[in-house]
Amino acid sequence: MPSGVLESILLLMAVVALARPLGLYMARVFQGQRTFLSGLLGPVERLVYRLSGIDPTEEMTWQTYAKALIGFSLVGVAALYALLRLQHLLPLNPQRFPSVGPYVAFNTAVSFVANTNWQVYGGETTMSFFSQMIGLATQNYLSAASGIAVVVAFIRALTRRESKTIGNFWVDLTRTTTYVLLPACLVLALVLVSQGVPQTFRASVQAHVLDPAAAPAGGSKAAGGGAGAEQVIALGPVASQEAIKEFGTNGGGFYNANSAHPFENPTPFSNWLEILTLLLIPFALPFTFGAMVGDRRQGNAILAAMLIIFVASAGFAIYFENRPNPLVAAATADAGGQPMSNQGNMEGKEVRFGPGISAMYATATTATSTGAVDSSHDSFTPLGGLIPMWLMQIGETSPGGVGSGLYAKLILVVIAVFVAGLMVGRTPEYLGKKIEPYEMKMAVLYLLIMPLTVLILSSSAVLIPAALAGISNPGPHGLSQILYAFSSGTNNNGSAFGGLGAGLPFYAVAVGVAILIGRFWMMIPVLAIAGSLAKKKIVPASSGTLPTYGPLFVGWLVAVTIIVAALAFFPALALGPIAEHLIMLAGGKF
Amino acid sequence: MWKAMRLFLVLTVLVGVVYPAVVTVAAMAMPYRAQGSLIRQNGAVVGSELIGQSFANPKYFWSRPSATAPDPYNASASTPSNLGPTNKALTDAVSERARALREANPNATGPLPEDLLTASASGLDPHISPQAAMYQVPRVAAERSLPEATVRTLVDKYTEGRQWGIFGEPRVSVLKLNLALDSLGR
Repeated sequence: MPSGVLESILLLMAVVALARPLGLYMARVFQGQRTFLSGLLGPVERLVYRLSGIDPTEEMTWQTYAKALIGFSLVGVAALYALLRLQHLLPLNPQRFPSVGPYVAFNTAVSFVANTNWQVYGGETTMSFFSQMIGLATQNYLSAASGIAVVVAFIRALTRRESKTIGNFWVDLTRTTTYVLLPACLVLALVLVSQGVPQTFRASVQAHVLDPAAAPAGGSKAAGGGAGAEQVIALGPVASQEAIKEFGTNGGGFYNANSAHPFENPTPFSNWLEILTLLLIPFALPFTFGAMVGDRRQGNAILAAMLIIFVASAGFAIYFENRPNPLVAAATADAGGQPMSNQGNMEGKEVRFGPGISAMYATATTATSTGAVDSSHDSFTPLGGLIPMWLMQIGETSPGGVGSGLYAKLILVVIAVFVAGLMVGRTPEYLGKKIEPYEMKMAVLYLLIMPLTVLILSSSAVLIPAALAGISNPGPHGLSQILYAFSSGTNNNGSAFGGLGAGLPFYAVAVGVAILIGRFWMMIPVLAIAGSLAKKKIVPASSGTLPTYGPLFVGWLVAVTIIVAALAFFPALALGPIAEHLIMLAGGKF
Repeated sequence: MWKAMRLFLVLTVLVGVVYPAVVTVAAMAMPYRAQGSLIRQNGAVVGSELIGQSFANPKYFWSRPSATAPDPYNASASTPSNLGPTNKALTDAVSERARALREANPNATGPLPEDLLTASASGLDPHISPQAAMYQVPRVAAERSLPEATVRTLVDKYTEGRQWGIFGEPRVSVLKLNLALDSLGR
C-alpha cells in the first residue's frame, strides 16, 4: 500500500468514531446541561464568572453579542501587542530575547487573536517563554473558544422562536474553554510528552556532538555538512503549547519548523495523533449541531458533505506527494551512475513520517483553519501544493476551523437552500426558518469578502516591487507563494509557502489586514443572520419543503461549495500551480 | 469593555499560567522525555535522541542535508529549505549532493537514496531511511576496518520499523547508530 494510506484510513475511522461522543458532549456543554466533568469544572466556571463580574443568565441580542466578541478580541490584540513589544522587560525570558519589532508584533497579535497563527518569526529565536505561554497560548485558547461561541450562537438562533436574543458570549466563551478545550489539552499534552515533546523551563542544553569536525569541503556537503563542536538544543514548555495548537486549530508552532520539528512532533504516532486532534472538534461540531437542533439527520448531512471533499482532497495530495519530483530525479541522473531511489517527494519532508502522511497532514491542516505543518508546503510538487491552497480557497469548510468551519458551511447551506428553492420553485427555508432577502444579502456578503480580499491583495502584491522582492522561488511558483499567503491569511489558516519573505513590512501589514477582514468582517454577517433567524417563527415542514438531509442534498451542498470557490480562484490557480506542473513535466526550471 | 478586560485577565491566568503549570508538574512523571530525551556519556550530554546531528567524518554514517543557518543541524533555528519544485537552486543542490555521494561511496550498490539528496523539513531530522544506511555500509566498514557484515548487522539492529507496525516509515537514528559504532571500539 502506498505510504500513508493505511494510516490515513485509520485516521478517518478514529475521527468519525470519536467525533460523535465529543459532539454530543459539546451539545450538553453549550446548552448548559450537566456533564460528567461538571462536579470538577463547575466551581472553576463559577469562579471565572464571579471574578469577572459576569451574570451568566444575561441574554444578548446579536448586536450585543457581536460587540462583546469584537471588544474581547480588541482587548486581546492590544494586550498581546503590548506584551510582545515589552518582552525584554518581562520575566521568563532566559534567552534574553529583545522586544519584538512593531510590524512583526502587529502581525502576530492580530494573527493569534484571529485564530490564524500566521508566523513571520522563528519561535525559538524570537519569543520568550512568557510571550509563548501567557501571550500566544492564551490566544490559542481564546480565539478557538470565540470561533466556537459564534457557531453556538448561530445554532441557538436556528432553534429559537421569535426571540430577540441568541445567548451570552461570555458564557459560551467560558464554557468552551473550561469544559472542552482545557481537559482535552491536558490529556493531549501529557500523551505528547510520553512521545518525547519537552515540557521544561530550561531554555536550552549544550551537547558535545559526536563528530566535532569543522565543515570541510567536498564530501561533507553530500549529507549534513560540517558541525561545530557544540550543538545548542532549544528546549521549553513545548507540550502545553502543542496540545492547544492542535485542538484549537491554531497552528502556531513553538519552533520555526512547526510540527516538522522533532520536539513538536517526535514520533509517527505523535504525528498521527496531532492530525487526529486538529480534525476532531471541527468534525464533532456537526454532531453538536444535529443534537442542538433536535434532528440528527441535519448534522449528518453536513458531516457527509465535509467528509466527501476532505477524503477526495486527501487522496489527491497523497497521490501527488508519493511521486518523486521528476526534475530532482533527472538532476541525480545528470551526474551519471545509479538512478535515485523512489521514496516520493522527500524535499522538505521528515523520514519518520514519509511523504504520504505528510500530505495527509497538509490536507488536514488546510481543510481546517489550523496551519500547522509537518513538512514544507513550499517544496510540495505543484499539484500536491495546489490541494492545500484550494482547501483554503473553498473557505475552509470541509470541515474548517473550530466553530468557523461549521458556520461557514451553514452559510453555504443557506445559499444551497436558496438556489435550490429558485430552481425547483420551492419556498427557501432551513429548519423551519424562511430564508429571505436579508439573510441572502448577508450570506452573499460573507461569500464575497474572502475571494475579493485574497484576489485584490494578491494582484496588488504582484504589481508592487517591494512585495515581489519577497518571492524566493521564481517562475509561476512565485505567484503561488503570494496567492498562498493571502489565501492563508484571509481564511485564518496560518500555513505558508514558507520561502516567501513574510517578515517584509508589506506582507506583515497586508497579511495582517487580510487576517482581520477574514475573521471579523466575516463573523459579523454570520451573527447578523443569526439575529434575523432567531426572530422568525419556525414553520412546520410541508410538502413544499426541500429536505436538507439525504444524499441528494449532500451532493448539492458539495457542488455549491466547489462551484462558488472554483469560479473565483480557477484563473489564478491556472497561472500558478497548474502552469508550474506543466512546465515541470516539460523539464523546465527557473 | 470593562467586563471584557476582567474576563480576559481571569482566563489568561487560567490557560496561560495554571494550565502550563499543571502540565509541567504532571510531566515530571516522565523526566527523561520532558527534559528533551538527552543522551549522556560519562556525564556529558552528547545530544538528544530526537535531534539530528551533522556528520562529516567518513567513518560515521551521515545524516540528511539540512537547510539550517549558519550551520547545518542548528538546533536553535529549525527550518526547511523551502525550495520550490521547479527552482534551479534545488536541482543544482541535488546534482552536487549526488556527485559528492558517489565520490565518497565508490563501493556502494543500489540506487542513490533520495533522503540523502534532499533536505528535511526541520533541518534536524534525526533519521535516515534503512536504504540510506545500507548505502553507506561499505564506506563505514572500510574506514573502520570492520567486516561489512558486522556493520550491516548493526544497521539492522538500529532499524526501527513502523511504530507499532502501523505508523510512519521504517528509519534509522543516525546518532544512535554512530554511538553504537563507536562502542564497537574501532
